[in-house]
Amino acid sequence: MEPFKTITSLVAPLDRTNVDTDQIIPKQFLKRIERTGYGDFLFFDWRQTPEGKPIPEFVLNDPRYKNARILVAGKNFGCGSSREHAAWALSDFGFRCVIAPTFADIFFSNAGKNGIVLVRLSEEQVDRLLGNAQKVPNYQVTVSLEQQEVTDGQGFEASFEIDPFRKFCLLEGLDDIGLTLRHAAALDAYETEHDHAIWLKAK
Amino acid sequence: MSSKTLFEKVWEQHIVAEPKGEPTLLYIDLQLVHEVTSPQAFEGLRLAGRKVRRPDRTIATVDHNIPTTIEGRLNIVDQIAATQIATLRKNCAEFDIELYDVNSREQGIVHVIGPELGITKPGMTIVCGDSHTSTHGAFGALAFGIGTSEVEHVLATQTLPQSNPQTFRISVEGALPRGVTAKDTILAIIGTIGTDGATGCVIEYAGSAIRSLSMEGRMTICNMSIEAGARAGMIAPDETTFSYLKGRRFSPKGTDWDRAVEEWRKLPTDPGAKFDRELVIDAAALVPYVSWGTSPGMVAPVTSAVPDPAGAASEQERKGFERALEYMNLKAGTPLAEIAIDRVFIGSCTNGRIEDLRAAARIAAGHKVSSHVSAMVVPGSQTVKSQAEKEGLDRIFKEAGFDWREPGCSMCLGMNPDILSPGERCASTSNRNFEGRQGRGGRTHLVSPEMAAAAAIAGHFVDIRNWEVREEVTA
Repeated sequence: MEPFKTITSLVAPLDRTNVDTDQIIPKQFLKRIERTGYGDFLFFDWRQTPEGKPIPEFVLNDPRYKNARILVAGKNFGCGSSREHAAWALSDFGFRCVIAPTFADIFFSNAGKNGIVLVRLSEEQVDRLLGNAQKVPNYQVTVSLEQQEVTDGQGFEASFEIDPFRKFCLLEGLDDIGLTLRHAAALDAYETEHDHAIWLKAK
Repeated sequence: MSSKTLFEKVWEQHIVAEPKGEPTLLYIDLQLVHEVTSPQAFEGLRLAGRKVRRPDRTIATVDHNIPTTIEGRLNIVDQIAATQIATLRKNCAEFDIELYDVNSREQGIVHVIGPELGITKPGMTIVCGDSHTSTHGAFGALAFGIGTSEVEHVLATQTLPQSNPQTFRISVEGALPRGVTAKDTILAIIGTIGTDGATGCVIEYAGSAIRSLSMEGRMTICNMSIEAGARAGMIAPDETTFSYLKGRRFSPKGTDWDRAVEEWRKLPTDPGAKFDRELVIDAAALVPYVSWGTSPGMVAPVTSAVPDPAGAASEQERKGFERALEYMNLKAGTPLAEIAIDRVFIGSCTNGRIEDLRAAARIAAGHKVSSHVSAMVVPGSQTVKSQAEKEGLDRIFKEAGFDWREPGCSMCLGMNPDILSPGERCASTSNRNFEGRQGRGGRTHLVSPEMAAAAAIAGHFVDIRNWEVREEVTA
């Protein structure tokens, strides 16, 4: 996982609430067995017509936001299906950060496993970012994970909360299984004892 | 000893380690695996040279992209889907995991077969790379959906680092009126608290209306917890739970059974235990619901009309409503009962169990599907299918003009060939009405199995409370 410290980038404004993972990556692309190559399918049904023509009004087709690495959206981003493909698609497309008032739990976890920083700001702050990104040409913001703040150099400054351990993992780009295996002895001991609980056996 | 909630008891029994400043490391009793969210996890294990730690605590089946016709299953035309299924087969063989394959007499939707086989048990921690894993919470298990990285983590370590969620008790008190089902109850709850109303929470459903539900009804409720944003939904185990589990293939037997029940009886929330949040719902006030929009919180009583976006609580909500109405091709003020439908889907992990099929068959018996509607029934599992056939439900459905299919997730998410065409409108017993969920451009209305069956026959939504039942169906 690629470590995340600070990025400065164009901001793509996705002015919608309850963006579900079915929209982020539609089901027909979940049949693949690979972990990469999902960027082309990101927001597929919103990006192109059934005939395969780009829909120019959609934000990711707008040349003003080309190469944006920060996405700003409305509340409850990433709701619905647990498909990690949503995080893979965002990451593969080039996004390293999503800013929204709230995120759905499973998506929140999946994003973290793929080095995507999710920043929760208030609805008012998100509205300002959405407005600025739509109105101000070449609008860029800086997201500093170390400082836990979002700034635009034009007066917008917001700090955000993040769980310290999640922050540490994102800063270092750490692999979870490796971290868990630090507890191998505790796990062995627990499991030996736990296996006596016949009422919790699967089979 | 302090009073504890059901959730707290299950959580505490599964703590492997509580490293300072880090999430709790939780032991996972059972992982369910299917073809769609597992290939990259197994590949990750191979690349790192890791094994599956506990194949005996892991089971697999094919459900998401499997066709629901016999011919379709024998020869899967979609080569990418076929490869994914073949990959699961190969992975299960390589890592020694029991697979309920397409030709198994117990194949089915992962959340239907776990309980059916008696693998799901009270007090367990259960995960699956599928958000509807919350279904298993109906047994008093802590069950939640995870992403593929976490699937790999559990395969490798049988644990997951988890931060402590909040607890939220929703008590549904009183008796559900006639014609009002578990599905209506959960749709009402989501409509009340919103699709992010329980984010970060584990819900415990309680109250006399929940207690009086069958296991099937409880599973329907817990299944859609995720649609309210919850990490999991749980219901305390009781006699209904034990009598459902007794005698199932992987349920404990003999003295082990007695010992297990003794332990399971300790699980319900203690009197006086505190929840972070509480909500009480009056069962008597519930009615049959229909979703009208593109989010499961967009629901309204069948007797009402499509709401006016002008009445939305905020500017953001108004925009969301308008967009939903445009996608759904609906006008504010249209009575829901006047909305004509093209398709009906009865099935899914929400409503594809035997009781759901019995309820739908009772409505369909002696009637005919409307000439402009195409309706299908997809049993949740082979076990459900054979039971339904034993009871003659397949005959009732077929005589009424429903298509009787092989088990799988089918048109709940349209990963297999069962999809809506653009613009088609469907009354569906599934769980999500997102844009394109059942096929690009398709329009989904979420309802109970009874409401779906009645809509198939009438050709539009109807208030099931006024339905003429022509033949009583006896099991």
